[in-house]
Amino acid sequence: MTKQLDTKGISRRSILKGGAAAAGAAIGSGAVTGFPTIWAQNIKDVTLRQFGTGVSNINEVAAKVKEDLGFTLEMTALDSDSVTQRAATQPKSFDIADIEYWICKKVWGAGNLQAMDTSKIKNYDKIVGTFKSGKLTPESVIAQGTAPHTVGFTSGPEGTDFVQEESGWMTLIPTIYNADTLGIRPDLIGRPIDTWAELLNPEFKGKASILDISSIGIMDMAMVVEAMGEYKYPDKGNMTQEEIDMTLGIFTEAKKNGQFRAFWKSFDESVNLMASGEVVIQSMWSPAITAVRAKGIPCVYQPLKEGYRSWGGGLGLSKNLSGLELDAAYEYINWYLDGWVGGFLMRQGYYSAVPETSKNFMSDDEWGFWFEGKPAEGDIKNPFGDVMEKAGAVRDGGSFYDRMGSVACWNAVMDENRYMVRKWNEFIAA
Amino acid sequence: MKTTKKIDPSKRAERVSWMLVTPLACVLGFFLLLPILTIVTVSFWNFNEWSFFPDFILDNYVYHLTSAVTWATYLKTLKFMVLTWCFCAVIGFTVAYFLAFHVRSLPVQIALFLVCTIPFWTSNIIRMISWIPFLGRNGIANSSLISLGVIDEPLEWLLYSDFAVVLAFVHLYALFMVVPIFNTMMRIDKSLIEAARDAGASGLQILTNVIIPLAKPGIMIGSIFVVTLVMGDFITVRHMSGGQSASVGRIISNEIALLQYPAAAASSVVLLCTVLLMIGVMMRFVDIRKEL
Repeated sequence: MTKQLDTKGISRRSILKGGAAAAGAAIGSGAVTGFPTIWAQNIKDVTLRQFGTGVSNINEVAAKVKEDLGFTLEMTALDSDSVTQRAATQPKSFDIADIEYWICKKVWGAGNLQAMDTSKIKNYDKIVGTFKSGKLTPESVIAQGTAPHTVGFTSGPEGTDFVQEESGWMTLIPTIYNADTLGIRPDLIGRPIDTWAELLNPEFKGKASILDISSIGIMDMAMVVEAMGEYKYPDKGNMTQEEIDMTLGIFTEAKKNGQFRAFWKSFDESVNLMASGEVVIQSMWSPAITAVRAKGIPCVYQPLKEGYRSWGGGLGLSKNLSGLELDAAYEYINWYLDGWVGGFLMRQGYYSAVPETSKNFMSDDEWGFWFEGKPAEGDIKNPFGDVMEKAGAVRDGGSFYDRMGSVACWNAVMDENRYMVRKWNEFIAA
Repeated sequence: MKTTKKIDPSKRAERVSWMLVTPLACVLGFFLLLPILTIVTVSFWNFNEWSFFPDFILDNYVYHLTSAVTWATYLKTLKFMVLTWCFCAVIGFTVAYFLAFHVRSLPVQIALFLVCTIPFWTSNIIRMISWIPFLGRNGIANSSLISLGVIDEPLEWLLYSDFAVVLAFVHLYALFMVVPIFNTMMRIDKSLIEAARDAGASGLQILTNVIIPLAKPGIMIGSIFVVTLVMGDFITVRHMSGGQSASVGRIISNEIALLQYPAAAASSVVLLCTVLLMIGVMMRFVDIRKEL
């Protein structure tokens, strides 16, 4: 009986909800403005479960999805390790995975995510080159590490491999990314800092910190080692065992000499270390800098001459999505790239995968400050209404092309990952 | 006339005891034995980046037991354990002694005992974290010492050091020592002390020859609590050492975070055996059953 209502792909949930949905068809189709689809009548009954790191799992996004698309998005925020675990081991617990590219490299092989057909992605052509060819501009040099384009495509709808060209099947749809560097307390350092090597400068003995997440920490270490002139890596993102030993050896020695005050693992730990003055120079994430500044404490996201360590995240679809829910997921992804979310995230200091659509959702001043690196004309507020920067301020590191153009490496998972993790644990225990 | 089947009273008693013991056996079986068996089984499995699968390999154990990190970490954990135990024992014994022998009235004893437990109404983590702003470089401890003129430079070793770890442990676990020692002390017959005094024993002799031997079971129960809690800890060490010290618990939690469940299982089994061994040795010294 209910089956007659559905002529196209039938999902379990759509059968159950079919009757009720038909009744509310008139209201339902009105609710989805701007995204008319044949599924409009029952899409509002769909619930998609998304999980990811706290960065982009924001309740405002879920509320806006309900408003614009009509269906419900449930969000769960977890730390990177738990995100990896879930994506790898609990495919039934989510519909959409919001993960980083290096996590994708780790978990794609488990086959819990399905490839996305780029022909269904409306703004695919506008996605920045970094995620497609790997080049931000045609002249760009591809950075080392797990660059997003190297794990961004698979061979086909059932692919569990990665291919290096734009195959039309994407593993993750890029959402946000940023260029990370060292955070410093300019008031406590009192002199210019321009190189990663300063992290191990004995001047900051007992006042430095690095993050205790091996895949990210090792990259920061590699930047430091290279900046010190100790060694030039053929590929920082894929070290040999000897290179891992050498890198961690240098840091173990520094640790034994008391260079580090602490290691941090979570965002708020890094904020507290910096705000309390326990640490004056450390690896840091962009919103953590903002959080320190919001306390009225000077903190700079210091651009360094060797370049940035970058990261990117994207949305992946669970293998279990099909029928109506899969269509809803594509709607959601198209909506995600349509600009509202991009504007929301860019006003927090991240970058959107399709910057030009985000521009429509930002004021000229905001666009000028966050994207073009121009001095702010008025106070710059974040999406929650808090003042982030006063008029006249310029973003640390400058414009999008200045920052994303000087990426030296990406967060990475190496072939020798298992060895690296063991060595990392030795470093922590040393 | 009906004849009821006579049951041998001793057999009946046996049946009743079997029935009485069943619920506990079921609970322990389901929630203790079964999980441990699962962990032991998984510890022989193999794993890769994203999954683990049945196998029979000894690599998890071999790697764990031959790694220098494991030994260094066990040494470090034992160091924390011994230091924490010493301080907890001294503090626990002193507090319990004061409550049991110096405070004369029972209501006051109970009231003071409850006062001891007040900090334990908040969460473990909060009690631990609150040391961080206190001990920090610009924390209350350092700023008061500087304003008193005791030191010129802030003391760096107050926070993110072994000192901080042991301090937090002692703060967290001292009560686990106080309670059982207080309990055994309250059972000591006061006339024994009078008798000792009449026989001419000095205060110190009473303490070493009467009170300590009689309070031994309490000390031992408290020690078991402290030892097991410190050996299994993974969060206090991380926060108070600023992530710079390892503990056995952290090794396991790291392995879980990296999806290396079989390796984590093997580490857990080794830790479990170590702790059981330690408790076994402790039980040799004192017969706790006599006191329960």
